[in-house]
Amino acid sequence: MPQVTLTVNGKSETVDVEGRTLLVELLREKLGLTGTHVGCDTSQCGACVVHVNGMSVKSCTMLALQTEGAAVTTIEGLAKPDGTLHPMQEMFREHHALQCGFCTPGMVMSAVDLVQSHPEGLTEQQIRHGLEGNLCRCTGYHNIVKAIAAAWPLMHGKAMPEAAE
Amino acid sequence: MYDFTYLKPSTLPEAVSLLSSDTEAKALAGGMTFIPVLKQRLARPTKLVDLAGLGLSGISVAGGKVRIAAMTTHMTVADSPDVQKAIPALAKLAGGIGDKEVRHRGTIGGSLANNDPSACYPSAVLALGATILTNKRIIAADDYFQGMFATALEPDELITAVEFPVPEKAAYMKFPNPASRYAIVGVFVAKFPTGARVAVTGAGQSGVFRHAAMEEALGKSFSPEAVGNVPTDAENLNSDIHASAEYRAHLIGVMARRAVAAAG
Ligand SMILES: Cc1cc2nc3c(=O)[nH]c(=O)nc-3n(C[C@H](O)[C@H](O)[C@H](O)COP(=O)(O)OP(=O)(O)OC[C@H]3O[C@@H](n4cnc5c(N)ncnc54)[C@H](O)[C@@H]3O)c2cc1C
Ligand code: FES
Ligand code: FES
Repeated sequence: MPQVTLTVNGKSETVDVEGRTLLVELLREKLGLTGTHVGCDTSQCGACVVHVNGMSVKSCTMLALQTEGAAVTTIEGLAKPDGTLHPMQEMFREHHALQCGFCTPGMVMSAVDLVQSHPEGLTEQQIRHGLEGNLCRCTGYHNIVKAIAAAWPLMHGKAMPEAAE
Repeated sequence: MYDFTYLKPSTLPEAVSLLSSDTEAKALAGGMTFIPVLKQRLARPTKLVDLAGLGLSGISVAGGKVRIAAMTTHMTVADSPDVQKAIPALAKLAGGIGDKEVRHRGTIGGSLANNDPSACYPSAVLALGATILTNKRIIAADDYFQGMFATALEPDELITAVEFPVPEKAAYMKFPNPASRYAIVGVFVAKFPTGARVAVTGAGQSGVFRHAAMEEALGKSFSPEAVGNVPTDAENLNSDIHASAEYRAHLIGVMARRAVAAAG
């Protein structure tokens, strides 16, 4: 059986997989990291979003074997070891950006990538465009957008630039 | 998903020989189309040959041409200052494909090999008169697209790069499906010293096509007014749950007018 060696949330793992094993299956079924969800079979909902080498991807649409040597971060890897939440998680809580919570792990991982990849700032419209790959059937998105805008200054350690507003 | 053997060769000749020695072996690029197909058991390859190790990624601009290697992701094209400067319409098109997770993985080579009738890139390739470079030959855009999901590619032929001539102006306008962002109708217009080219995606029963009447009208006057009233025959257009053929015919006029306006 093929093997894949990768780093998940900072820890090196070597796992037996099949050719067809998806990254999300490796995370949930082999490593017990069930924070990453599966919400569709059409690659559209984004509940499964994780970071591979710092970039947000849909773990339901990537083979486990494609992550050989990669560094994967899941929702479980965001908070500090002492339990302090990541600023994005904290802002989701503060702004009531979740209801049932099913979409939340993917939303948060997608949002962290969005904020990290826009050091110049983000407009509300850019945030909405950046969430096109994440569906939420509960919140109506407004509070998610607010949470992301509120997390930007915390993650970049400065106020959001005026021009980006 | 049926099981298969996953292979990741490190040279192009190796990849080609894996594909030509087994007709049931298939290439894998970003997987944004092929993995969903596999999940639905619509294909049953024996081997998946991952092209990610071949060094087929990158963008260069020289001699009035933008060359994009096959494994370059949509995100890389969208963010490329070189593409933004030379053919801004192409960077914008790439930035509007799917969502950012799809753009992080999906590639130009995969999109063109797949030739989905609602995909965005085929319209840019056809309207700009680009050239498809493969491991075997060079294929002109006008010869490459051969109907829905059909191309001039042979089973063991791999796209290595695409070369786009830089136009005087160009723009792409898409009326997206709100869930997937695929084009319900997308129109790419380009103006060259030799004339205008217009390609329509999302609408045709046999995939992307050039709109001769619009090209003629724009050849006389490259203006939104010139193109907005050119009618499109609904006969050979798609009807599905998203839009009727008549509605698509109407949208082609609207998208073309907006594209010409955006091209300036
Ligand atoms: C949710 C979602 C939304 C999307 N929205 C859009 C959209 O708005 N517009 C749009 O245009 N597309 C859209 N797509 C499709 C996306 O652009 C895909 O990336 C693209 O169609 C396929 O590229 P890929 O690199 O993922 O190829 P893969 O899925 O890996 O491969 C597709 C096919 O091409 C073959 N192939 C791949 N590379 C080569 C090569 N170099 N030479 C020969 N054959 C090759 C493979 O064997 C396979 O048959 C969407 C996809 C998803 C999942
Ligand atoms: S589970 Fe829906 S996009 Fe991955
Ligand atoms: S909070 Fe329920 S799906 Fe988003």
